[in-house]
Amino acid sequence: MKDQELINLINITKDYVIGDVVTKVLKGIYLKVKRGEFIAITGRSGSGKSTLMNLIGLLDTPTNGSYILEEADVLKFKEDELSDLRNRKIGFVFQSFNLLPRSTVLENVILPGIYAGVDKKTREEKGRNLLLKLDLLEQESKRPNRLSGGQQQRVAIARALMNNPDLILADEPTGNLDIKSGQDVMRLLKKLNREGKTIILITHERDIAKHAKRVIELIDGKIS
Amino acid sequence: MDLNELLKLSWRALLANKLRSFLTTLGIVIGVFAIILLVSIASGLQTYITNQIQGFGSNLIFIIPGRLGGARTPGGVMVNKLLIQDSQNLSVKLKNVADIAPVIQQITTAKYQNKDDEETSILGTTANYTKTVKNAVVEHGRYFSQSQELSGAKVAVIGQTVKNNLFELEEPVGKRFFIGNNIYTVIGVLKKRGAIFGIDQDNTVIIPLSSAKRQFGVNQVNAIYISANNESQIPFIKDQISSVLLKRLTKDEFTIQTAESSLEIVTNVTNILSLALGGIAAISLLVGGIGVANIMLVSVTERTREIGLRKALGARRADILKQFLLEAVILSLTGGVIGIMLGITGSLILARLLVSQVTIWSVFIAFGFSVIVGVVFGMAPAIRASKLSPIEALRYE
Repeated sequence: MKDQELINLINITKDYVIGDVVTKVLKGIYLKVKRGEFIAITGRSGSGKSTLMNLIGLLDTPTNGSYILEEADVLKFKEDELSDLRNRKIGFVFQSFNLLPRSTVLENVILPGIYAGVDKKTREEKGRNLLLKLDLLEQESKRPNRLSGGQQQRVAIARALMNNPDLILADEPTGNLDIKSGQDVMRLLKKLNREGKTIILITHERDIAKHAKRVIELIDGKIS
Repeated sequence: MDLNELLKLSWRALLANKLRSFLTTLGIVIGVFAIILLVSIASGLQTYITNQIQGFGSNLIFIIPGRLGGARTPGGVMVNKLLIQDSQNLSVKLKNVADIAPVIQQITTAKYQNKDDEETSILGTTANYTKTVKNAVVEHGRYFSQSQELSGAKVAVIGQTVKNNLFELEEPVGKRFFIGNNIYTVIGVLKKRGAIFGIDQDNTVIIPLSSAKRQFGVNQVNAIYISANNESQIPFIKDQISSVLLKRLTKDEFTIQTAESSLEIVTNVTNILSLALGGIAAISLLVGGIGVANIMLVSVTERTREIGLRKALGARRADILKQFLLEAVILSLTGGVIGIMLGITGSLILARLLVSQVTIWSVFIAFGFSVIVGVVFGMAPAIRASKLSPIEALRYE
């Protein structure tokens, strides 16, 4: 199982149609990702890297091509099945953290557990363990906006780990952070990779991309 | 997603916009309050009138001139063809099965010393009126006898309103006073009877039939009251009355009513009133519901990013739908409960001044309506939220 393919993208294209204008954002992407890999996808803005990340994250569907995730042809899945797949298989880390402002730190972390139907006791225990691991346990009942940017992103990472997914998708995770917090977050992602998580990192910063084991550059909708 | 978690979410979202939630709820509160209160008034009115009619006695039949609800003679003036003679004919025919009291009614001024009562209803009737009409009870003094009635004695039994207006704190029995230009002596006072259809039944003076006939120069009666000795004989008596009266009159010249048939009319009228008032109130609830829909649409738009995030993290359509639907239902249900409490309180206060009676069914309907309003008006915004694509929603600024 260990060295098996997690993701196989075959000739993925994505067109955006606005009125009569068709914009081809992705022009035939082939990408295989094995379990335990740490990949950085880089490229200038407009190169299509965010679109690619949304497709890998099952937030969006390609115009053409096929996407095999763990042997499943996910493009045939219905909307709710995709929700379940995102819930169990993928942990998202966003540039702007995307924490719920009215919920506590702990509640934010256990949110994927709620949608997975994990019972209250189990999910809170799991949430606290994750907070402990990321050195945030003392913050558990605070609102996210009371925390520093670095802490907020660590809460988001804890949330991404809640349902023990195979894949962590991080979209510019250091983009809103100062250098020190950014380095902390990268160290954390590397640690998670060592523990067996597959990590796909989207970034336009070469320094950040260097942390990955494999760097893929997107140029004008194609992998160079 | 379990209900507890959903409730917590909805509650928190509503508290985050306290003023907005309050104002939206207020729309529902007013609608539900109006339904409960207006239906209570209609229902209180019905009970009140029913009690009044039953006060006459359930064995009572009354005959009034003309046709009730029918066409009037040209010019709209009804010619009264019901005579004292008809009452006498009936007395003979129904001697063993009923008591009969014909009534001549005139509005005249009653005067005592320097006080007068301009709109006093003078009833000229027979000695067995109190036996026939159950709520005419002499509480003080006595009623006139048959010999006083036949001799046309100038004696009067007065109602509570007349007593208060003319005699105030004085003892009225034995006092002499004017009805029009004639002097009468008070011999008794009636127990309070209350108002029916807004007509004060206590602003009344009862005098012997022959005295009234002589004073007002009339042969027509305004009503003939007949009290059956046995309720089961009412249909038979009604037939007898018809056959006696039809010898002299046409069927359009009199109407026979019973307490039961009057109750039917009252029930019909108040039911229509209930529906009309409830319907008007329901419109305000509808407006409240539109308020809920409006604010939920705003809420969905404001929380587009939140919806996108939840979907990215694994929320299914149904999870999002339930979350927003529950918010709408909580808004309208809270409004419903507060509205019911205010409506009941308002109705109790109103019952002291007017007539009002909270009906259980109006409470249930108001409660049910507020839930339905929440579901119906929350549905469109909730469906809209559940259909948002996660990527569009996450990108939303």
